[in-house]
Amino acid sequence: MLRVALVGQPNSGKSTLFNSIVGYRAVSSNFPGTTVEILKGRALVGGRPAEVVDLPGIYSLRAEDPAERLTRDYLLSGEVDVIVNVVDASLLARSLELTLELVELGIPMVLCLNMMDEARRKGIEIDMERLSEILGIPVVGTVAVRGLGLNELLSAIGKAKIPKPMGFSADVERVLGELEERIGPHPRARYIAELLLVGEPLPPGVEIQEPDPGLEELRRKLVEDRGEDPALVFSSERHALALRLFEQVARVRHAKPSFRDRLDAVLMHRLFGYPVMLGVLFLLFYLVFEVGGMLEGYLLPPLEALTEAVEGAIPGPFGKVLGGALQGFWAGIGIVLPYLLPFLFFLAFLEDVGYLPRIGFLLDGLMHRIGLHGKSVIPFLLGYGCSVPAVLATRILEDERDRLITAALAVMVPCAARTVVIFGLVGRYVGPLIAFSLYLLNVVVVAAAGALLRKLLPGVGPGLIMEIPPYRIPTMRTILLKVWLRLRGFVTVAWPTLIVASAFFSLIDVLGWTRFLNTLLLPVTWPLGLPEAVGVPLVFGILRKELSLIMLGQALGTVDFGAVLTGIQMVVFTVFVIFYVPCIATVAALWKDFGARRTLLVSLGTVGVAMAIGLLVRLFALLWTAVAGA
Amino acid sequence: MFLNSFADLGSLPPGSKGVVVRINGGRGLVARLSRMGIVPGAEVKVVSKAPVGGPILVEVNGAQVALGRGVARKVVVRPHA
Repeated sequence: MLRVALVGQPNSGKSTLFNSIVGYRAVSSNFPGTTVEILKGRALVGGRPAEVVDLPGIYSLRAEDPAERLTRDYLLSGEVDVIVNVVDASLLARSLELTLELVELGIPMVLCLNMMDEARRKGIEIDMERLSEILGIPVVGTVAVRGLGLNELLSAIGKAKIPKPMGFSADVERVLGELEERIGPHPRARYIAELLLVGEPLPPGVEIQEPDPGLEELRRKLVEDRGEDPALVFSSERHALALRLFEQVARVRHAKPSFRDRLDAVLMHRLFGYPVMLGVLFLLFYLVFEVGGMLEGYLLPPLEALTEAVEGAIPGPFGKVLGGALQGFWAGIGIVLPYLLPFLFFLAFLEDVGYLPRIGFLLDGLMHRIGLHGKSVIPFLLGYGCSVPAVLATRILEDERDRLITAALAVMVPCAARTVVIFGLVGRYVGPLIAFSLYLLNVVVVAAAGALLRKLLPGVGPGLIMEIPPYRIPTMRTILLKVWLRLRGFVTVAWPTLIVASAFFSLIDVLGWTRFLNTLLLPVTWPLGLPEAVGVPLVFGILRKELSLIMLGQALGTVDFGAVLTGIQMVVFTVFVIFYVPCIATVAALWKDFGARRTLLVSLGTVGVAMAIGLLVRLFALLWTAVAGA
Repeated sequence: MFLNSFADLGSLPPGSKGVVVRINGGRGLVARLSRMGIVPGAEVKVVSKAPVGGPILVEVNGAQVALGRGVARKVVVRPHA
């Protein structure tokens, strides 16, 4: 079967194209042993079935970046028969740099110029025949969002050719040629020679004779001639080649700036950009809670009734444990999904429109204060929906230290479940203003924790380098696919954990260990001035944060919290719930991406933060009432 | 004239253009910038700057890239008059 790989830069419309070719039958998996995702599906190419692989969006094929290295290794592994290089035609000059790198691999290739409509809008006219002639491969124009050019693309895949590399400058070619000769006959001798000169490790499976003693000499020659690192020499060469190629095949007429081009004058404005951003975020959360509240209202009562029916039908301890497992199961459907689904949907919309990177741009300066940069904004925002996708989203950060700090902070952002506690307890019994100020308190604490982490984890985070893509009108298909991919993390990791743990805690209840647990938790509840019975609800909150509210009702024997708890107690309880140990689902996600040790550290750290902030709030509240009463 | 013919990208006002001459950084930074087409010889244009030490927005090869101030300071350019 023909194996086709889609390779392209981020935002090139590669995923939209993949969706239109293979439909929803795609199966997603990771590169073995990594968190880098690939999608596989089937399509008919020239009447014959073919396997189509959607590789991660990459800018180049350098070994430093895991996604890029994996893509390169995969392409060279012999598992790919045809490369389809998907290019944003409206950014042709920039995109050709990756194209020219792929050309060197010596694998049959097709160049797909996507977003031809955008290119035309920008006044770029591309001579596809000329481009095809120069590179020696089929070139097809498409508009994937509207399904234009797909048949042409599929038939071109059947006619893929090994491309002709464009020559570098004479001095570079000389060195490259000399090394190529020493490597001897090998289908990828030219590319191997480049890797050796640049000093990158050879991909697994690519074997050549012992590195030639002449290699060092040749590399030194290149460095001496150019006065630059060989890696930089090749990047510069390719940049110049891409530009020259662009000038040969494209003509740019001056196009009048359109509405979309002028949007940024406001949306990224140094002053106006911020109120607009706050408005957009407010609308996002407003919509999420409107839609989520509606869904929850429909879903929760029947599910709860069913649980009670099961517990009633099967008396005894077994029924209780089963009821616990069911409760964990319903919790996923009834509480998390109603908020998570609309949240992920609206966020994917903002992302595909191209607004999220702009938020990153606007907030980069602020994020630097807590030792991070603008890209970390995305996990933080996701955190307001659910911590699990937030942890998974830290994968977009290149630096390991950035990832850990972002994850550690993002799990302290109040997710939808914690919002239930904030509004169900503080908002209802103490006042909405106090509830709202807890969000502000959270932002301050997260920022302070970030500053602290920056001190504890020394190292210079790399600065922000982020593409700001043009605004796009997204398609429903790509949005839904994105939502599903993020939701999958919750469904496959978090949900099962939730069910098992929920059954386990029911077992504890059945065994009558409640008193014991409460006593065990006295070191937490006593200094915070909370009733002893609050211990167990706090433990249950590790399962799902909003469960602590439900359990609180059980533990105190009433849901009229105003009658049994003081306002201060409710605020302190809520503050503790916001910060302490991310829920078990999040712990599972952290574990998967960061390992046991760091997960434990993050969990313990959050308990420390919760304790400290809880005490501070209690102290502050006591002083406040003393002063106000005097 | 000769002395101030080079400048770092972070110090250029919005609207100005220049050619990248050098990147004062380690291999990792150079690689990350070259991914975005910011390599010696590349034409860049400063589009806008975010306030309070925020990033700058540059245009390279028709694409827009946000660079943190720290990163921008390491990109040496020869500004066009």
